[in-house]
Amino acid sequence: MKYESQKVAKLYFTAAIGLFVGQILFGLILGAQYVIGDFLFPEIPFNVARMVHTNLLIVWLLFGFMGAAYYLVPEEAETELFAPWLAKLMFWIFLAAGAATVLGYLLVPYATLAEVTMNDLLPTMGREFLEQPTITKLGIVVVALAFLFNIGMTILKGRKTVVNLVLLMGLTGLAVFFLFSFYNPVNVVMDKYYWWWVVHLWVEGVWELILGSILAFILIKTTGVDREVIEKWLYIIIAMTLITGIIGTGHHYYWIGTPEFWQWWGSIFSAMEPIPFFMMTVYAFNMVNKRRRNHPNKAAVLWALGTAVMAFLGAGVWGFLHTLAPVNYYTHGTQITAAHGHMAFYGAYVMIVLSMISYSMPMMRGREACNSARAQSMEMWSFWLMTISIIFITLFLTGAGILQVYLQRFSDNPMPFMVVQEKIALFYWLREITGFVFLLGLVLYIASFFVGKNEPEATVELAK
Amino acid sequence: MAQAFTKAMARNIFYGGTVFFFLLFLALTFQTHSALPDRDNRQAINDTVALGKKVWEDNDCIGCHTLLGEGAYFAPELGNVYKRFGSTDAIKAFISSRPKDGIPGRRSMPQFNLSDEELTAIAEFLKYVSGINSANWPPSNQG
Repeated sequence: MKYESQKVAKLYFTAAIGLFVGQILFGLILGAQYVIGDFLFPEIPFNVARMVHTNLLIVWLLFGFMGAAYYLVPEEAETELFAPWLAKLMFWIFLAAGAATVLGYLLVPYATLAEVTMNDLLPTMGREFLEQPTITKLGIVVVALAFLFNIGMTILKGRKTVVNLVLLMGLTGLAVFFLFSFYNPVNVVMDKYYWWWVVHLWVEGVWELILGSILAFILIKTTGVDREVIEKWLYIIIAMTLITGIIGTGHHYYWIGTPEFWQWWGSIFSAMEPIPFFMMTVYAFNMVNKRRRNHPNKAAVLWALGTAVMAFLGAGVWGFLHTLAPVNYYTHGTQITAAHGHMAFYGAYVMIVLSMISYSMPMMRGREACNSARAQSMEMWSFWLMTISIIFITLFLTGAGILQVYLQRFSDNPMPFMVVQEKIALFYWLREITGFVFLLGLVLYIASFFVGKNEPEATVELAK
Repeated sequence: MAQAFTKAMARNIFYGGTVFFFLLFLALTFQTHSALPDRDNRQAINDTVALGKKVWEDNDCIGCHTLLGEGAYFAPELGNVYKRFGSTDAIKAFISSRPKDGIPGRRSMPQFNLSDEELTAIAEFLKYVSGINSANWPPSNQG
């Protein structure tokens, strides 16, 4: 850490981890409701718990991205942040708006929340992942603009690096495509068509630019490999991401009333979407193998390599599994989608934020380069517990999904939805139990911030 | 990678590829817009359907159900519920008869206390959605 203003990231990362805990607790509630249907009913119905679960995920990842940007941009630009006070102000505004929104979900019926926030003036609520009241959405836009201004001005006055440029493009895209959340026509097909311009063009588009640039930054710092080499890889990876991912949006346009030519465009281009993730895995391992120094923060390197592998598995392999139109005809909107969603979000976005926290937090907390060996060891235990849990959660949901597809859609005598749900309950039980192992991993992760504080920093063993 | 492939080339592929494929995406979007009137059942949209969509959104139905396969996977698909139930009256009767305190041990839809006008509207909205040409999806009537 070279600049005092980078420390503002610590606030963002702390909030991110706190909200992550909330997300997981609500995930456990949802998993329980899958098998004990009346759990917490009618106090916290499934739809309420689900919007808390997904919205907390989105918000904490956004906190993570912003924190990462505030840490990384000044260091890359070799200058102090343009306006640290603005970053702090926006932090509190965003946190307050997020907390108020989640409390709104939990404390009043959703219809009442829509009424008191005057949703009818500009109806945007009640759509998956975009459940926030319109006023919250407007708040997000304000925070995003202030954030982009701060980051943009910092880059403008300092050194322009590829990492900063790609990050800025990703963050700008994030803000721009969010604007489509304000378009909500009565025509369901049009509504869905542009809803994907937020959701798909975020997670399978511009967010991957953010992911790529953060990963590049960590690799530059921890491996000492020449920046030129890493930047070339970064460009080619994000090129493949957008070349495949933009038209790849078509894999959401098979069955929602859009023309059938999308079955061809969507299948062909989204089948290539794993390519950039595969390249990312090859590149991350290559850079670490070619390292010119051994960084003492082994936990951060583990998270970075883990991100590359798990993003490829979750987003790449599990995405490919059901992306071809003839397959998707049967799997669309089943537990297969849920399986993919869980591993993709964890592998790509949760892990990259945790990588950045792992790399930067020790320095923001006064260490030279890394935590004590004991803290790192505990952090790496949490890495394995959470990662293996998510792999098994994904496998169990995939098992549930295959059976669901067969019993409800493929067999000669398709059964009703709820009958099938009861038949596959075993898989939901296994998923829920695994969820508790994930929580244990998360508890260890948080504990790793508090152990070994008085012990010396870990050092590298002699280079081979 | 060999030096023959330079960073400048990678950068150009990124910018060129992104611009080209985004423009192609816009062209396909334009093509979609011209094809939609024959597919999206827009002639069925009226004030009742619009109110129905508002009821659908104000109660976050998508938080449990899927609609044309999108949403949550906790409760049945509703894009074809009009065909599965056979009438708007059956849909209205189902929604209005949900027990306030749920069903012990089982998943249950909340009692939303909708007015008769709202019940009619949500049923008409689901009827409109069932008329959208979804390329023969879902594979079975069960959703």
